[in-house]
Amino acid sequence: MQTVLPLIALLPLAGFIINILLVGKLSKKVAAIIGCGTVFVAFLLAIKVFFDLSALPADSRVISDTLYNWMTVGGFSVDFTFLLDPLSAIMILVVTGVGFLIHIYSIGYMAYDEGFGRFFAYLNLFMFSMLVLVLGSNFLMMFVGWEGVGLCSYLLIGFWFDRDSATEAGKKAFVVNRIGDFGFLLGMFIIYWNIGSLDFQTISALAPTTFVIGGTVITTATLLLFLGATGKSAQIPLFVWLPDAMEGPTPVSALIHAATMVTAGVYMLARTSTLFVMAPTTLMIVAIIGAATALMAATIGLFQNDIKRVLAYSTVSQLGYMFMACGVAAFGAGIFHLMTHAFFKALLFMGAGSVIHGMSDEQDMRKMGGLKKYMPITFMTMLIATLAISGLPGISGFFSKDEILWQTFSSDYGHPALWFVGMLTALLTTFYMFRLIFLTFFGKERMDEKTKAHLHESPKSMTTPLIVLAILSVIGGWIGIPKLFFGATNYFEHWLEPVFASSHRVMQTVAQQAEVPHDTSIEWGLMAITTILSLGAFGLAVRFYLKKPESVARPRESFSGVHRLIYNKYFVDEIYHKLVIRPLHLFSIFLWKIVDVLIIDGLINGGAFLVGGISRVVRLAQSGRLTSYVTVFTVGVALVAGTMVLLSYGFDYPLFGANN
Amino acid sequence: MFESQILTWLTFLPLAGAFALLLVKKENVKVIKAIAIATAGIEMLLSFALYASFDVGVTRMQFVINLPWVEQFGINYHLGIDGLSLLLIVMTTILTFLAILSSWRSVTKSVRGYYFSMLFLLTGMIGVFVALDLFVFYVFWEVMLVPMYFLIGIWGGLKRIYASIKFVLFTMFGSLLMLVALLYIYFAYYTQTGVHTFDLIALYSLNLPFGAQSWVYLAFALAFAIKVPIWPLHTWLPDAHVQAPTAGSVILAGVLLKMGTYGFLRICLPMFPEASIHYAPLMVGLALIGIVYGAFVAMVQKDIKSLVAFSSVSHMGFVMLGIFALNTQGMQGAVLQMLNHGITTGALFLIVGMIYERRHTRMISDFGGIAKVMPVFSAFFLIATLSSIGLPLTNGFVGEFMILLGAFKANWIYGTIAATGVILAAIYMLWMFQRVIWGKITHKENENLKDLTGLEKAVLIPLVVLIFWIGLAPNAMFKRMEPAVANILHIVRQADNAPEFFSAQDGEEEFNQDLANTPVDQQLNQSQENEHQSETLTQ
Repeated sequence: MQTVLPLIALLPLAGFIINILLVGKLSKKVAAIIGCGTVFVAFLLAIKVFFDLSALPADSRVISDTLYNWMTVGGFSVDFTFLLDPLSAIMILVVTGVGFLIHIYSIGYMAYDEGFGRFFAYLNLFMFSMLVLVLGSNFLMMFVGWEGVGLCSYLLIGFWFDRDSATEAGKKAFVVNRIGDFGFLLGMFIIYWNIGSLDFQTISALAPTTFVIGGTVITTATLLLFLGATGKSAQIPLFVWLPDAMEGPTPVSALIHAATMVTAGVYMLARTSTLFVMAPTTLMIVAIIGAATALMAATIGLFQNDIKRVLAYSTVSQLGYMFMACGVAAFGAGIFHLMTHAFFKALLFMGAGSVIHGMSDEQDMRKMGGLKKYMPITFMTMLIATLAISGLPGISGFFSKDEILWQTFSSDYGHPALWFVGMLTALLTTFYMFRLIFLTFFGKERMDEKTKAHLHESPKSMTTPLIVLAILSVIGGWIGIPKLFFGATNYFEHWLEPVFASSHRVMQTVAQQAEVPHDTSIEWGLMAITTILSLGAFGLAVRFYLKKPESVARPRESFSGVHRLIYNKYFVDEIYHKLVIRPLHLFSIFLWKIVDVLIIDGLINGGAFLVGGISRVVRLAQSGRLTSYVTVFTVGVALVAGTMVLLSYGFDYPLFGANN
Repeated sequence: MFESQILTWLTFLPLAGAFALLLVKKENVKVIKAIAIATAGIEMLLSFALYASFDVGVTRMQFVINLPWVEQFGINYHLGIDGLSLLLIVMTTILTFLAILSSWRSVTKSVRGYYFSMLFLLTGMIGVFVALDLFVFYVFWEVMLVPMYFLIGIWGGLKRIYASIKFVLFTMFGSLLMLVALLYIYFAYYTQTGVHTFDLIALYSLNLPFGAQSWVYLAFALAFAIKVPIWPLHTWLPDAHVQAPTAGSVILAGVLLKMGTYGFLRICLPMFPEASIHYAPLMVGLALIGIVYGAFVAMVQKDIKSLVAFSSVSHMGFVMLGIFALNTQGMQGAVLQMLNHGITTGALFLIVGMIYERRHTRMISDFGGIAKVMPVFSAFFLIATLSSIGLPLTNGFVGEFMILLGAFKANWIYGTIAATGVILAAIYMLWMFQRVIWGKITHKENENLKDLTGLEKAVLIPLVVLIFWIGLAPNAMFKRMEPAVANILHIVRQADNAPEFFSAQDGEEEFNQDLANTPVDQQLNQSQENEHQSETLTQ
């Protein structure tokens, strides 16, 4: 350890160890100080190393630090090495920054919970795992973080462990993620046995000469890795766990299931971009899955009534957006959206948490309404986040979303159809987000009197993080303003350039035609279309949910079949249950009751029975009659002689493959 | 002095302790327990001394003692260890010590006989791991059977007689086959060299024609396969585990199952390399079935103990797979997983035992909401569960990862099928954990359960330390087993006369088929060189 880099991850680990060993013994105040303090210091260190890194010349912006050799077996050797490059630098800033704000927020949100200390311990463990995930310099370390965040997600979703729905959701999250991890593992094996290393830098350097572009090996490997990503980042077909994960406390939803962990899949694709650009088929699948997920989740979001579930589907949808970007090889755009999304989605979730807090744990938007006068700060900040996610020109979501839409249209790997799906998703997003705002903060107050009496704005520890994130949601996108405006450099893209240099070189060898000059008029045009149509979607939301809230029922009736399908989330859970879980369960019972007990044990017990039976028969032979003894003797001799003759030819039956 | 005596001490100290117990009056329970704990404790410390003075990186057997015993038959008192035996010995002494400690309160019936059996068993187990003479090996192998039979049959559960007889019949069946095979080798060696010997190392050089080798190999393999147990010879295991007392289950799962895989490594592979290679696909196939089958059946178990028992079938399948991947990663992973399985499953059985003592039931449906009343217990249970499903930074991950890596190299289909076990393990373990620990308390009897006592924590903490130690720094183990594993692989590869098998083994080539003209990178060369070096070192 020569730098402070490992400390960024190890500090939260220390916080976890202290808080978990002394759980129940520390006062809430001390537990909170340890929990937040370690993350805050980690954040400061992240800023420090960020500046250390930017002080280096652009093409050598890599800092790595090895703790020790984890395992060496034969030629296989893996170190605990932390790697800071422009990509991981952004990630640790987002993770520790947003993470710290959510830690602070949790002080207020969890203030009256008995499991306060345990909660902070788990949060810290999560920070550790997530930081290992993004700072790991090789696949195996990433996998440590990858499974580690999965564990924390499991523990935090099921935090209120006396609720069956919560523990069920936790288990579901873990198991579904494990299916993804299965792909991750196998992908990792293919990479290792071809390249001979799991180190990301070595892989980026050697992949172009090891694999054939578009070959079976690299396509299989990347598809398997992408399976891992679909698990962690809740994409089709493994998205089913994320909406259920809302059973966890709201700060958890904000931190893990919106801002950080679920973006791990996108980060992984960016980290191994060299591999992915070598497999155009995989990229196409990534883009299609991303687009399909974005659209599907957005439609489900239209009809959810639970405020957190709307946000959960929105997260799935936005993640789909990021994958769409990766799928058209615009990894930088994906990471940019990852960052802005972390700001405004964390804010939305924490705002929702603030609402739930004020509403005495009510999450159903049908029982809310008119909250803006009771919770002005929550309202204002959530409104800003909604504007950001809807892509109001000038604030963060606009720039990152526009960047992705433009790339889906113009990239060598892009297609107008992808752009169209992305645009459609953007409209749906605007609609359901304003539906959320209107149902929650405007209109009639639909809560009961008791709840109404309790209504209050949340404490400072909760609203301060909201305000900070609201500011970030506005200005966070300015570092990635496209060249289009003012002709300035896109700082964000520029900063990430060295990370994607290797994949860029691969792409250049693939591309047949010379780079087409950036056609600004099309970009302007597309941007205008999206913005204008978004305004239309906003208008619709105003019409349905603000002006005439009673008309909500009407479209529902007219599309009742479709509505039922969407309202029930396309019955995906039910289909999985019928087609996968139930058959496997029955199969297990079959193996146990029939194969194990009946057949195998039956044969063995039958064997024992047979021995008993034979001995009874043999007893009959003990008759004492000389003639029968002689007969048996003769037959016996013949048998032995025959056997010996056979034996003298040896055992070389073809059955065993004659070797000599 | 230390060099040549320590293995004898290790082997017979428990036996001496056992006989010391007979000098104490039956009623004098405290003294009996004290003697048993002291013996097991000293034994454990002795094994630590062995660990400390073991010469890392040396292939030859260490701490060797070789004295003639029955000279006319060529039987020698020949003991010695390599890294493989060393690690298993240390694990055995630790597990036995903890098992004896955990019996402090739970065993009340004929206490003297119980501890006598435990100590007697310890001698048998250590004996198997140190024996370098096949006859001595066989004697200890059989010695183990007797105390285990009593442990299940006397201190076991309701169906203990059925279980203990089933256990003995299965094992005896294997042992008899092994005895026949053993005598066959003995005479075959005499025919070839004119020397009567049971010396294991000498017998390695025996050169049997393939046909005969096949038969003898299969006889040994069957004996070992029953112990492991390999599917479909596993049905004695759930019965024995469920019926055995806690300490019995710990030793059974932790150590006795390893006798099977140890046998494969110590006898089958080096003595019958051609047959081992020839039958490797069969063994791998059965291992894969075991992995998936054990996991599926574990999923629907109603008794926690039989769930853990079936999970053992799955995990031992992983070990077999690693061994018969016949490459460095697979085999070292397998050896590590032998230790891991002992530690983790040992911990799980101890944990189940602790809750059984409080509730006198092991049915999953009798629990729920335990986290509320027994938070410390739940934390230990969670750690053991996570280790069992191979979460990174716990021991289980390193072993499973290496096995899968090795298996994937041998044949990607092996690796892929086995990796499904990783998903299934998460399902059955977490589902069980959810039903036992999380949720609301649904049974009145569970409302006032006491959390762990100091003694119970003391039993579990060492295992938790081992779980994380191996998870974080497995090199301590890998370093010690490396020469032994390399030696076995070296013997197997030398004897290899089926080139098509190994081209797939070493085979990056196979993998890179569609990369025909790409330059082989330096890393790969290096890694192959490294492997090569470690092998030449052992010649």
